[in-house]
Amino acid sequence: MTKIHERKFVSADPDKCVGCCVCEYACSFEKEKAFNPLKSRIRVVRLNQIINLSVTCRLCEDAPCVAACPRDALTQSEENGTILIDEDKCNGCGWCIEACDYGAIMLHPEKKVVFVCDLCDGEPKCVEWCPEEALDFVTKDVLAQKARITAVKKLFQEALKTVS
Amino acid sequence: MFGYAGRILNVNLSTGKVRTEPLKEEIAKKYIGGIGLGIRLLLDNSKAGVDPFSPENPLILTTGPTSGTMWPTGGNGHAFVSKSPESFGVGEAKSHGSFGTELKRAGYDAVIFEGASKKPVYVWIDDEYVQLMDASHLWGKSPMETDDAIKEELGDQYIQVAAIGLSGEKLVRIACIINNRTRAAGRTGMGAVMGSKNMKAIAVRGTRDITVAKPDEFMEFLKEFHERMKGPATMKYRTLGTPLNVLVHNKLACMPTRNFNNASFERAERVSGEYLNERFVAKIIGCNSCAMRCEHVSVVPEGPYKGVMTRVEYEPLWAMGPYCGIDRLDAIIKGIDLSNYYGIDAISVGVIVAFAMDCYENGILTEKDLDGIDAQFGNQEALIELIHKIGKREGIGDILAEGVKIAGEKIDKGAEKLAQHIKGVEVTGYDLRSLKTAALGFAVSFRGADHNRHGAYSFDVGGKVNRFIVEKGRGKMVKDVEDVYTIIDSLIVCKFSRGTYYKEFEDIARLYRLVTGFDVTAEDMRLSGERINNVARLFNVREGLGRKDDTLPYKVMNLPVPDAGPSKGSYVSRKELDFLLDDYYETRGWTRDGVPTIAKLKELDMNDLNYIVKDKQG
Repeated sequence: MTKIHERKFVSADPDKCVGCCVCEYACSFEKEKAFNPLKSRIRVVRLNQIINLSVTCRLCEDAPCVAACPRDALTQSEENGTILIDEDKCNGCGWCIEACDYGAIMLHPEKKVVFVCDLCDGEPKCVEWCPEEALDFVTKDVLAQKARITAVKKLFQEALKTVS
Repeated sequence: MFGYAGRILNVNLSTGKVRTEPLKEEIAKKYIGGIGLGIRLLLDNSKAGVDPFSPENPLILTTGPTSGTMWPTGGNGHAFVSKSPESFGVGEAKSHGSFGTELKRAGYDAVIFEGASKKPVYVWIDDEYVQLMDASHLWGKSPMETDDAIKEELGDQYIQVAAIGLSGEKLVRIACIINNRTRAAGRTGMGAVMGSKNMKAIAVRGTRDITVAKPDEFMEFLKEFHERMKGPATMKYRTLGTPLNVLVHNKLACMPTRNFNNASFERAERVSGEYLNERFVAKIIGCNSCAMRCEHVSVVPEGPYKGVMTRVEYEPLWAMGPYCGIDRLDAIIKGIDLSNYYGIDAISVGVIVAFAMDCYENGILTEKDLDGIDAQFGNQEALIELIHKIGKREGIGDILAEGVKIAGEKIDKGAEKLAQHIKGVEVTGYDLRSLKTAALGFAVSFRGADHNRHGAYSFDVGGKVNRFIVEKGRGKMVKDVEDVYTIIDSLIVCKFSRGTYYKEFEDIARLYRLVTGFDVTAEDMRLSGERINNVARLFNVREGLGRKDDTLPYKVMNLPVPDAGPSKGSYVSRKELDFLLDDYYETRGWTRDGVPTIAKLKELDMNDLNYIVKDKQG
């Protein structure tokens, strides 16, 4: 069982993300010493000018990508929930890519095996570099806390003015 | 070579043949990339006197050494260069977004489009594979529709597209080339050149790694720039954006209003950056690799244009607003969106509409001439209708689509005096009558009327000089800032980031060293900046442009500012302009006719181009 402050993942705030792709550059540089979004573990989606969001692995409970691998190349870390890939077993068949609802696991353009966010040993470079502070390294429980507190603040905005 | 792909792609649209050639290191070092490389390639790949719409006039697309890297604002730029159908001199326009980075990853520093296709085509650059694709089903579509359709038919939503709209196809002289829906290579009619080649779009997908010579030091320097970009140097762009200028210029009475009939707008508050941000701005977004953000995406919340969404900057806002006497931001947003839809320069089209309004109010154009449009200053419906007509070359729009200079000549009856342009390129939002350093910058700008070739207005507006007088030394001020601006446009980094280069050429040289590994000094970079201004001038000299063309719009020299206030009575006399030009040419090391001397070319290590000026040294 994971504890409440474990399983942090990289979450993007749609209100703050401006689609600048700095996270993609930071990721590919950290992992591959090159600037190339195709080698980034986090990817930006721009639907139109005002709808932008970075997407990366969400560390699903009972990750469907792991279950989908017919060669048992994927396992999920019990320690931090990241997806571990055995590059010797992976043959790039893509079942895991189909199983992921978020497009967060991808085929490496050169190695032809899949790759996914590994949280940079607990200090994700994308979070460090994001100029908009749109990326957060958080647990799902903390995300829920934040949403709750924002909602309650909004509800009581008049009352809050009188106390502060 | 680090920083460069090392390859130039050559696409012959007449024959369909495609080949690549290496980019020579010497050329890269001397002309950097972007507009510098583009202008040099234009000079080498065209003949004197070529018609801008002839297949013999190449359209050149370039990236810069920082393109494709993580450098903030540097990663994403691209430039188009060709002979301009407006100025008949050098035309160039940059754009940002995400197109340049993709082209660099496809492995090209420059693409030279030669010839012209018989049928509508688009060029599909898929790394090594370059194909001409049928575009007959895209003909007539807007750049955004074209972008969507190409991504759909090629089956990849991450493809980047730069496209022309209907106006480019119809050779509207102010046509632009649009990427990422709202980013335009806007000025000097590059979209019309593209249309003359029957080329609807360029689609690119690049998958290569981009690496720099000194990656760790590069990232360290980059981190520092991320911090600088959060500071005061970029505050304006991150907050109110360039529309902040409206109230600043208005207060100084240096905002051309109603086609220069005034220099301030009595209803400026209603089109101010403050009001825009409060009422219309939905989100401020950023280009690829940028660490600030400037793109003020505005949405009309109600009324006849409800739901229209586009990017708003000062210049188009000014052109369609105060310059047309219009105080309706919703209509201005619609007008900018329509300009993007047709693929026309939103600055120039506003200036053309104001010209038509001035002609109408002076009885030179009648309601009948204008197909029933009541084109009074201030009528926002007339603005919208005239943009449609110009975009489609319909009715009066066919004449107006030629730009104010040619339209003024065609309409005659005194219309030429109402046509406010320099070298055939429409003016921008600075009243040069009371901004005399800017007046010089505008007059000598190699691409015609423009604030982005020098930024000399900042001395005047910022109060660093007496803006109402001319004096020795203004020539040097303009020259120095021009030499920085050509480097900015060649790297290519964004002008909005210029304030973060605290040590200017020192910082620029350090960036260039870390990216390329070339051992260059600040002085080398300054010389390159100067060299690029000279190569542009050489192109214009070759095309017959000279001192006579370094001039100012008619009203700037003949109609003193009538508005009560700080600028009242100011204008630029012939004598003042001549004084400024003499000072500038002398500082540049050019002849009294504005021709670079052989000695200057030697100093800049560009004697290979002596042939252009050797008979014009007298």
